[in-house]
Amino acid sequence: MHHWTKYVRVVEILRIVCLLQASVVYETFLTDAHLRFEANLATFYRIRKDSPALNLYFPRESLKPHSRQESSSKSAFRDHCETLYTRSAGAWRDAGLSGLLNEIANSSAEVPKWLGVSSSCVLALLRWVSSFHSSLFPHLTLSSEEMTAEFSQVLDWSDCAVRGFAWHPHTQKCAVALSDDSIKIYNPKSATTPTLKHRLQRSVAALQWKPLCASALAVACHNCLLVWHVDPTSLSTRPSSGCAQVLSHPGHSPVTSVAWSPNGPLLVSASPRDTALLVWDVAVESCVPLHRVGGGGVTYLSWSPDGSRVLAATPSSLFRVWETRMWTCERWPSLKGRCQSGCWSPDGSRLLFTVQGETVIYALTFTDNPGVPLMMSGGPKAATVVADLSETTLNTPDGDIMVGGEIQSLAWDPRGERLAVHVKGDAGAGRPAMIAVFKTQISPAFKLLPCGFVQGEAGTEPRLMQFNPNYQHGAQLTVCWSNGKITHVPFCFMSAGNPQPGLGGSPSFPLTQGRPADYNNQTLYTELIS
Amino acid sequence: MFSSDQSCWFVRKVICWRAVASMAWSVLLLLPTTALFVLLSRFSLFHPILWMSECLSLLTSASAIFSFILLCGVVLMVGFFNLEYYTVVPSIACSKIALLGQVLHPRQFVHSLVHCIMGVVVAWCCAFTIGGRYRSLGHPCTQDESSSGPEMCLNEYHLVLLLAGAFIGYSHSLVGVVYNMNYVSFHTMQQYKYLRFKGALPLVVKASAVQALYCLRSFLLLYFFMGYAPRAWICKTLDLSINSSIHSLDSVSSLLDLSLLYHLWISGTFLLLTWYITVLLFRIFVTEVYSFPVQSTFTEDAHQCLPKVITGTQPMILKFLALQDLALLSQHSPSRRLEVFSLSQPGGHPHIWTALSKECLSLLSDLTERLVAHHDTVATNGRAKSQSTGSNKRSTTSSEGSVTSVGMEDMKTPRPSALIRTPGSVFLRSSVGAGLRTPLTTPFTPDLDSPFSSPALRRLTGPLEPQGALSPGFSSIQSPHVMRRGPKLWSASTDSQLNGSPPPSPGPAPSPSQAQLKPSFLVTFLQNRKDQLPEASSQALFADSQVHIWALQGLSHLVAASFSEDQYGIVQTTLPTILSTLLLLQEAVDRHFKLPHTSSKPGHCSCSMGDDSYKTLRFALRSTLKTAVYRITATFGGHLHAVQMSAEHRKRLQHFLEYKE
Repeated sequence: MHHWTKYVRVVEILRIVCLLQASVVYETFLTDAHLRFEANLATFYRIRKDSPALNLYFPRESLKPHSRQESSSKSAFRDHCETLYTRSAGAWRDAGLSGLLNEIANSSAEVPKWLGVSSSCVLALLRWVSSFHSSLFPHLTLSSEEMTAEFSQVLDWSDCAVRGFAWHPHTQKCAVALSDDSIKIYNPKSATTPTLKHRLQRSVAALQWKPLCASALAVACHNCLLVWHVDPTSLSTRPSSGCAQVLSHPGHSPVTSVAWSPNGPLLVSASPRDTALLVWDVAVESCVPLHRVGGGGVTYLSWSPDGSRVLAATPSSLFRVWETRMWTCERWPSLKGRCQSGCWSPDGSRLLFTVQGETVIYALTFTDNPGVPLMMSGGPKAATVVADLSETTLNTPDGDIMVGGEIQSLAWDPRGERLAVHVKGDAGAGRPAMIAVFKTQISPAFKLLPCGFVQGEAGTEPRLMQFNPNYQHGAQLTVCWSNGKITHVPFCFMSAGNPQPGLGGSPSFPLTQGRPADYNNQTLYTELIS
Repeated sequence: MFSSDQSCWFVRKVICWRAVASMAWSVLLLLPTTALFVLLSRFSLFHPILWMSECLSLLTSASAIFSFILLCGVVLMVGFFNLEYYTVVPSIACSKIALLGQVLHPRQFVHSLVHCIMGVVVAWCCAFTIGGRYRSLGHPCTQDESSSGPEMCLNEYHLVLLLAGAFIGYSHSLVGVVYNMNYVSFHTMQQYKYLRFKGALPLVVKASAVQALYCLRSFLLLYFFMGYAPRAWICKTLDLSINSSIHSLDSVSSLLDLSLLYHLWISGTFLLLTWYITVLLFRIFVTEVYSFPVQSTFTEDAHQCLPKVITGTQPMILKFLALQDLALLSQHSPSRRLEVFSLSQPGGHPHIWTALSKECLSLLSDLTERLVAHHDTVATNGRAKSQSTGSNKRSTTSSEGSVTSVGMEDMKTPRPSALIRTPGSVFLRSSVGAGLRTPLTTPFTPDLDSPFSSPALRRLTGPLEPQGALSPGFSSIQSPHVMRRGPKLWSASTDSQLNGSPPPSPGPAPSPSQAQLKPSFLVTFLQNRKDQLPEASSQALFADSQVHIWALQGLSHLVAASFSEDQYGIVQTTLPTILSTLLLLQEAVDRHFKLPHTSSKPGHCSCSMGDDSYKTLRFALRSTLKTAVYRITATFGGHLHAVQMSAEHRKRLQHFLEYKE
């Protein structure tokens, strides 16, 4: 479990898809990442010394997913006669108006006949209206768990042992959300691994550490948001639930995405059932709902690293880009499907996003004039396609491999040099899920060129990935696998813009033999500078 | 003189215009609100066509226009009162006495009276609009067969509606004091005015409907018991007679008339809604961001520039808007930041940066001092340091703060060792006890439930205390744990031994003459009312912390930006001061949150119209402070080791650099 990337193979592809030229040429070279590291021992040991062993393994058998439901404890108690009034009050509290009506309609023996009949009628009317509503927005028919699984960035969320992973933005500390609804915090510098458990912490869909803070961790839960304050100096392994702030808002459930503002106290949260995007001031536990017509909910949020914009995807074929100074938004309709994932370049000027049902990556470029409403700022008029990852076959020494397909999520490393694309694959068609890595260049012009693939052990597939924001020697991609392992894939490179002094002497890894000299010229996408 | 002139330009040019704009919008919005009210008040399910046509004809009639003009006058009046009474620093009553003082203040009395009258006016308009049985105060009736011809009888429905209007108007004013409705808070998020209004409108509608319901409940109770008085008075003054053939309304059966209840409720909702919308619009307009020029090319405009404006104190709104502008410019506009970092043209002095940073730092160190003073006061249980904090108390003054010198001496002595064996103290004690009727409670003392509060106070507040602590067994010797823990927890109390001259033997002696010492009912009552409201002292400390939050944001963002934008290195010279100020404040805030009676989490706010964001300002401040320090350490990183500072601060900063705070 502690072997470094032993099972990780990096498949180097020199050219994936030259989309613009419509010529498809593949040359692949397969290496074992482990061996390659040993080829450059000096660097390897230096990296290994710096990066503590945080390879984690959570076998699924060890995690007992408890099928606890809100009302399951009822069966443990003897049935006891309550008055209709008590029951109605309880139903009102638990499930609101429809619960109350349901209770009254069910206990027709105790209520006057007209009341029972009228509540049944109102209930039927409510159901009819809601069915009409959900025919407009089909996602509303899903249950909460299904909804979380559908809109989560994690591939096959309900089957996952690791349901969420978050690196701390400033230190080598990470939080892992497990399928038994607990969160573990690993800090290589301390021996304690606090386990966070809370009564309301159920079906965790996402989690994120607060920037410019040592301790605050926001967790998107089943029907609320939890903000844990985990004292880094505390020796307690089970912080009490008093350490968590509970942020809930009526109708805002399940929460599927959270994002902290990179330089402020604000937190945004999204729920596919709630048409409003909630902006929380966490310190005072107040929120401002931002309602906009259309979309039927908000599924995924991503705050640009410079803090100026927020991407908000909806369950329908529409997404919005909010500008965070005056909180106006720009609509991006008429996509083929809903926006599945997106990521921002480190300077916040470019947004890459993917659409469900398509195999391409789109890009939007924003000119930087904060404060001006987006509609007037001369922002982009149309998204451009920058990469196509449709299915194709690679010839490798191990045989042919089918790669490509729909895209689950995107991640851009904090320096803007590597882009990881999580491809869903299709097990039935022999295309495993895998992670494709691209080299990127942001300035002076946006360039995208293929770098390689990350594959796991045989039979495993990546479920979740995130770049480590504090990696000194390049980029480090943390991948959670379907068998419960979490591994870290380092990409060591010299930053083109600002060479890292710490790595000045060490050469970048010798790329594999037989590498064509014109490698760098084979860019996949280059922005035309006029 | 100059400063008054300076403040004038802002109030005259900006605030007044904003208020006028908000009033204009509320008058405009009155139109749809009134139309909606007409529709809802005359609603009839079974005659929809008749209903619509009646409403249309009413809305276009001349008399409706007259009552609409009346309503406009009321709205303008409410707007005027908003402008006159608004505050950006809430007045927080630390005790119930202080709250009572606020309610009975003459200024508040005027407010209540005018709102009461306006409530009657609106209710009259409502009665007129609803029509039918509500239309007029008198109606012709035939009282007796004997009397000749019809005479005028009192229409009690009309009267009830008018009285309900007066009641709701008065309770609006009263609730406004208790929940600080005149407090104007600033939002963390900037939004356009229209969007902010649109977002808040549903809440306002809900709040007014709920509030009208509560008011109606109270009013009906009141009318049920006291209704005959205004009725008799009106009949007498206006020479109306009471129609004996109709039941009077102050009976259960007639008050439970559904149609009457509905009309009362909808009128109350309409009244509150129009007023709340006016308040909401005023708040939205007046808190709008105002962009001050950082520097001016003309000297006559120099007093309108940010560095000058930010140092002024009056009016408060100007300072608030200036600091808000500073916080925003430091985050969002690189070009204005460049102006801040620029040097003066002849001379090359960083005047702008110096002025801004000095003002922010002085604000922050003021807060630090205030917190330290409060902490000391609490540490000595409001006894020793009360005089020194006198200058700091802002909102409330203890109405009966004079303490005899003997009492003062007495309360100052926390010498636990002396407390234990002094048999002679009984007489001294009892003689002092008589003079102790007015114990000193500063605004910042914790409430008397604290086991460390003065035993004299505990005795006086007898009825509230658990009896075990009250009984003669409490007499010092048998309760050593209190005595032992006292000095251990509050070490600051030792200094009172140095400056005070403790008499040899005071202390809570056994009180043999219970009857003599038993406080009168009034004293007990007043004492109980003078108890600190929980958390109120902590809220009062941080009442104006919005400026501190902006100062922290502005400073930290400017310092962080200076890492790459400051060409002349002017920020470097102030960096040690800034860091030490922040760290001192951080220490003071940490200590404050460790005090008892300061909850560590914000409570949940209600959805009423009163803005209670001042209650949570301290949490916002605590989090902003930490973020500010982290922002500086994250930007500068290891370079901060080169900054000169004390060893203690360096240690503290190291914690921040290692993300261990």
